[in-house]
Amino acid sequence: MSASIIAEDLVKTYGAHREVRALDGLSLTVHEGTVLSLLGPNGSGKTTTVRILATLLRPDSGKAHVAGIDVVKNPQQVREIIGLSGQYAAVDETLTGWDNLIMFGRLYHLSSRGAKARAEELLEKFSLTDAAKRPIKTYSGGMRRRLDLAASLIVKPKVLFLDEPTTGLDPRGRQEMWEVINELVKGGVTLLLTTQYLEEADQLADEIVVIDHGHVIAQGTADSLKREVGGERLELSVPFENLAEARGIVERLTNSVATHDPQMHKISVAAPGGTSTLVEALRQFDAVGIQPLDIALKRPSLDDVFLALTGHVAEEKEEEVSGQSKRGKR
Amino acid sequence: MRDALVITKRQLLQLLRVPEVLIFSTIQPVMFVLLFRYVFGGAINTPGVDYVQLLMPGIFVQTVAFTVASTALGLAEDMQKGLIDRFRSLPITRSAVVVGRTLGDATLNVVVLIVMALTGLLVGWRPSSSLVEIFAGFLFLLIFGYAMSWMGVLVGLSVRDSRVANSAVFLFVFPMTFLSNAFAPTTGMPRPLQYVAEWNPVSTMVAGVRDLFGLEPMFGATANSFPSQNPLMMSLIYMGLLMAIFIPLSVRKYKNVTPK
Repeated sequence: MSASIIAEDLVKTYGAHREVRALDGLSLTVHEGTVLSLLGPNGSGKTTTVRILATLLRPDSGKAHVAGIDVVKNPQQVREIIGLSGQYAAVDETLTGWDNLIMFGRLYHLSSRGAKARAEELLEKFSLTDAAKRPIKTYSGGMRRRLDLAASLIVKPKVLFLDEPTTGLDPRGRQEMWEVINELVKGGVTLLLTTQYLEEADQLADEIVVIDHGHVIAQGTADSLKREVGGERLELSVPFENLAEARGIVERLTNSVATHDPQMHKISVAAPGGTSTLVEALRQFDAVGIQPLDIALKRPSLDDVFLALTGHVAEEKEEEVSGQSKRGKR
Repeated sequence: MRDALVITKRQLLQLLRVPEVLIFSTIQPVMFVLLFRYVFGGAINTPGVDYVQLLMPGIFVQTVAFTVASTALGLAEDMQKGLIDRFRSLPITRSAVVVGRTLGDATLNVVVLIVMALTGLLVGWRPSSSLVEIFAGFLFLLIFGYAMSWMGVLVGLSVRDSRVANSAVFLFVFPMTFLSNAFAPTTGMPRPLQYVAEWNPVSTMVAGVRDLFGLEPMFGATANSFPSQNPLMMSLIYMGLLMAIFIPLSVRKYKNVTPK
């Protein structure tokens, strides 16, 4: 398995005095035909990384190769073999889906007939044939993302970059997008995907790289990361008078120390046994007559990952957040 | 070049999909023709020649000067929506997107100028020179519009926000077109302003086009400055300067541009 994307020690700073270090020595490797997910909060450097690898931005220092081609020295050659889609890439909203695909096909230097054939094929593949002759602005969020993705697949790229492909989509749109992406991955494309959602990385990626403040803080498979974070947690709240007893039960059951939030009457404990722990806890509560007000298994969220890895919660940088809300209005 | 034409085609296709844009962008100059012809025309004294003959070249120049606004607006919008990013990730010539945009705006100018000329003919405009000279006059206007368009590229890519682009350009082009000989004689202005007005590229363009349409130099030349004596030559110099400055700057800006 050879490396398809290699980034070494990328640094990118912004501001008059280079005071904002968007990337601070970031390195990563994506093997050919695999999916790597770049996971991190807003402002952690995900988009900057994608922009550098997709030749839109030059790093201050460091090296990056895509399919063996240096992105700084030979950007035009890189552009021949990559596709880029996501929150920051876009399509022309006044034009129809068909118009857009033809335009991008022509810009990829397909013949007029070739562009038409490819547009038909892609519209069919992404279930957009019925909407082909409608302007993009009438599309739903999910349809728009699918068309955006289609536009990046015109020349069957070897390497695909998807920057937060499901941010802002409703659950159904997200599910559809995941199916489409999984289908693509089966086709053998190398994919680098950024996301804020651990669940998304879990669903799609072979390997996850967690970044914060412009550098890698952890990497591994979804399972290995979850082990590091501690896996699922059992969270429950019980009436105040049962608090101590309930805590005792779950601690014996999981063989670990529970935390509790006295104001919320809430107990939280690592539950490596998952659902069987949950069932057993309920059974024992029932036996002693405790009725939990609420009980649930919680999968580790990005916040939990961050808490476990860095000791602080994922903080969002003001600047980037406001930038996104502006884009969100389009 | 082929890539640029795809971009131009996209822009024209946009007009086809949203024809309102084309309709409103032609209504505005037509409205200006009618307003000036009938509202201000009666109050401005032009011995020996109808005001409308002097007005039409002025309005033509004003309209093409505003190409800077449409180009800036269009690119700022593409910037905001992330389209520029996508174009920059494609294996196309680096200048294709901006060249395509300026060519598209120039094409739009052709349409607008035709509609305006027809309106002018309806309200009494009659150029008195030969067909060749009239044609040369319109060619002059188109090239001036094209040069201004490149200034718009730099503005649009720099401000990266369509609302900012719009107000920034208006703040600059509006006085530029009025501080000229386009609508009223410069003789009425204070002496220092007369110099400004006469060196203004809009004035040299207006004087040059009037010349090509067969009119005596009028509304200018009071301060006897070099540009008012040689309007055509000076206009050519201005157009050359605009393009020599803004084409390289714009293309360089495009290569390194990042969204807000």
